[in-house]
Amino acid sequence: MSEQQTPTCAACKAQHPADAGKGALWKKLGAGILLLAGWFLLYKQLLPFSNWLVYDAMGLAQGGRLGSTLQFFAYDTPKVLMLLVLVVFFVGVLRSFVTVEWTRRFLAGKGEFAGNVLAALLGVVTPFCSCSAVPLFIGFVTAGIPMGVTFSFLISAPMVNEIALVMLYGLLGWKIAALYFATGVILAIAAGAVMGRLKLERFVEDWVLQIRAGETDAASPAMGLNARLRFGAEAVKDIVGRVWKYVVLGIAVGAGVHGYVPEGFLAHIMGADAWWSVPAAVVVGVPLYTNAAGVIPIVQALLGKGAALGTVLAFMMSVIALSFPEMVILRKVLKPRLIAAFIAVTACGILLVGYLFNAVV
Amino acid sequence: MKIQVMGPGCPRCQEAEKVVREAVAESGVEATIEKVTDFQQMAGAGVFSTPAVVIDGQVKLSGRPPSKAEALEWLK
Repeated sequence: MSEQQTPTCAACKAQHPADAGKGALWKKLGAGILLLAGWFLLYKQLLPFSNWLVYDAMGLAQGGRLGSTLQFFAYDTPKVLMLLVLVVFFVGVLRSFVTVEWTRRFLAGKGEFAGNVLAALLGVVTPFCSCSAVPLFIGFVTAGIPMGVTFSFLISAPMVNEIALVMLYGLLGWKIAALYFATGVILAIAAGAVMGRLKLERFVEDWVLQIRAGETDAASPAMGLNARLRFGAEAVKDIVGRVWKYVVLGIAVGAGVHGYVPEGFLAHIMGADAWWSVPAAVVVGVPLYTNAAGVIPIVQALLGKGAALGTVLAFMMSVIALSFPEMVILRKVLKPRLIAAFIAVTACGILLVGYLFNAVV
Repeated sequence: MKIQVMGPGCPRCQEAEKVVREAVAESGVEATIEKVTDFQQMAGAGVFSTPAVVIDGQVKLSGRPPSKAEALEWLK
């Protein structure tokens, strides 16, 4: 059909450069679909390939220790990395909309409870790193966002993120990923609401309260689709480039535990019957600091050997949510009592989550 | 031209400064580059996520290091 275009139409095309853009858009959409299909086909080959590699090509016995360790590693590593690339790309594109500046404007003027809920949810998608915690805190406070709402954001942002969710999904299935998402968000809402009730504003460093923040919108210029896609690709390069080492290392440790630690080994120390296992997990987890990518493969291995779900969730949350470097940075804007309250309230919430799941599951 | 690179000193902030310095050297534009690590100053400029690049008081970018192409564009 398009070959039969009349000269008039070619002329009108020239008048509407948008049409040319449309052609490019279709091309891009086609390329995107092809890429996705290729990704999916490759993904489906990972399990048969890892079996072939370990049991046929390397000739190891099925069910043997070395064999099951290697097969676990050869399957899970590419699987998790492929999932990460896909999800980080789409979250990256989403993040080109949900910037910190946008979140700040959006949360300003929201009431306390609705604010807590929205802040906890936005914490999942808004780009955040602990080195940004201080400017973000100041930005929120100067926008008149209540303290409790700010804390909801500060709890959920590092704890519930796409990397944690992808790794939980890839290694433990969607149910545990969904459970982690839901409890993480609820914990952030509840802990933030409690922090709000405690009326701790006077424990913010005085200079913060005196700041008049400049109003700015200059940082978020309008972005075209191309720019947003590039943003997604940059996110993949940046984030996957940073975490792949932890993923590989974590899965290697997990694979070792999977193959060599006997079944049920941890049942009596990290099982649901040991009441002290949850607080112990939190006490051990708080000073430990790693990102989700490093801790989740280990968590998977612990679960497989008889550790109770609640204990493991509590361990994971305290490792990721409460980190020493972040507290040191926050000390610049918060007085020690407020930091202590933040740690105490969050740790109590994590304890509750741990006991709840040990009781229910 | 006065360029401020704002950030507390995390690896991404250092990268932002490096990119800006390279872009300035490449374009040959006369500019002073200042590293801002003071949080009060950042908040005063309206920067809430780091690293950020501020040129003559205007926030050009925040939350990630710029690409060199972006930085060159600002220097025109």
